[in-house]
Amino acid sequence: MNFYEREEMMELARNPKNKGTILDAAIKIKEVNPLCGDEVTIYANVESGKISEIAFDGKGCVISQAATSLLTEELKGKTIKEIEAMGMEDVKNALKCELSPSRMKCAMLSLFAIKKAIKNYKCGKNE
Amino acid sequence: MSSNFKKIIEQFPILDKKESGGNLVYLDNASTTQKPLRVIEKESEFYKKMNANIHRGVYKLSEEATAEYTKAHQLAADFINADSFEEIVFTKNSTESLNLLAMSLTRKMKSKDRILLSVMEHHSNLVPWQMIAKEKDLILDFVEIDDQGKLDMNDLERKLKLHPKIMSITQMSNVLGTINPVKEISRLAHQAGALVIVDAAQSAARMPVNVKDLDVDFMTFSSHKMYGPTGVGILFGKKQLLEKMEPVLFGGDMVKEVSFSSASWNDLPWKFEAGTPNIAGGVAFSEAIKFIEEVGMEKIREHELELNGYMISKLQSNKNINFLGPIEAKERGGVFSFVVKGVHSHDLASLMDEKGIAIRGGNHCAQPLLNYLGINECPRVSFGITTTKQEIDYFWDSFVAAIKKIGGRL
Repeated sequence: MNFYEREEMMELARNPKNKGTILDAAIKIKEVNPLCGDEVTIYANVESGKISEIAFDGKGCVISQAATSLLTEELKGKTIKEIEAMGMEDVKNALKCELSPSRMKCAMLSLFAIKKAIKNYKCGKNE
Repeated sequence: MSSNFKKIIEQFPILDKKESGGNLVYLDNASTTQKPLRVIEKESEFYKKMNANIHRGVYKLSEEATAEYTKAHQLAADFINADSFEEIVFTKNSTESLNLLAMSLTRKMKSKDRILLSVMEHHSNLVPWQMIAKEKDLILDFVEIDDQGKLDMNDLERKLKLHPKIMSITQMSNVLGTINPVKEISRLAHQAGALVIVDAAQSAARMPVNVKDLDVDFMTFSSHKMYGPTGVGILFGKKQLLEKMEPVLFGGDMVKEVSFSSASWNDLPWKFEAGTPNIAGGVAFSEAIKFIEEVGMEKIREHELELNGYMISKLQSNKNINFLGPIEAKERGGVFSFVVKGVHSHDLASLMDEKGIAIRGGNHCAQPLLNYLGINECPRVSFGITTTKQEIDYFWDSFVAAIKKIGGRL
């Protein structure tokens, strides 16, 4: 079913979960979608190798907001290794619909960000 | 819509329901225009009947190809009232034309020399200058705009007092739709001792453009925004200036004599066209020029003014829509960007796509301008020769429905 026809997605975009910031987060990253200039910042903390806390901030289209809400929910309690193995299929499964290639980028922005942040985190860097 | 314009629309295969199988309402003409059949056929006809490399063979076919390609330069020269084909260089696109100018004109510039641009420039008239400014320690200044998106002429005069060596400015903003008073800008900039470059990518197919009347030193534009093929850009330059300039691409065809240690340059315009160019594209571009000249540039502008007025009345009918640029139809080209609170341009563009309407979202290759206006992205509709009031009506109804769906306020 078309993304915009699904009331639960529109509701999620209007009131996304985990929206906000975490002060002094161990993981913090800002990523930009060059097509529209949308920005997302993701904050997370890790405890015994698992995501213990996660939040995101930034403006974006309906698809990016709903996808980031779903993604942050899914990431809670996941190990770093599990996140490293995630890809486009996981985002598609969470959204339960097909998107055009250009709009898939809106949905993928947050996963790209968190994966990049984890790489940095493992190297001891934080943006 | 006059029957004249109905006949024009019929010439575009992509807009023909039977031909394309779709039902396209194309409102992204500022990005690229669609192509009439005669342009498409001209390109394939070149390959079928005339294909040979230019300036190389002594056989008839090559001479024919050379003549056609040169004629395309002459037609482009006539189109903007340049003196001859020698003043017309074909490049890949308007961006490449501007890069060529940025590289060639700054060769002898010194540290702290200034270049004047405006805040409404497309990335193509900004990033090339930025790169060279960093390399050669030049200073870029930007003329600001007023709250209607019009160039601030007082600010222009202030910044011309800093004595820029070059002033490079768009004739029509691809975001605001603003038409800049190029003739006056050119007069003032010349008085201040600057060379004047005008980016006519948006204006060339929308209004009569006359380089002599405007008195500009250089002008750049693109075939693909003029109902011609992609892959052909145009650079106009006054002959005496082009003669003094060094080329920036080197190799075949741009040379006269070559030894193992040095080379001398070919005549204008070929010294700037290194390597085998887009010959078929250039020839097909000449067909696009014939096409728009047959319609008539005055008529095209008249048609656009009518659409502008119609669109402005729609946009002004709702106070929750904030449209960018001048509110007077005659002060703008047929490009409308607007902001609706709570609505992201890509959501709107996707919902329009479901209705067969192509509109643009994002930053329109003018990120600094959007940031200057305090936004990240916005939707844009842009008209062309094929646009009708019925299409604007259809867009408007679909637009209102889409805004409601995504929870924006109208």
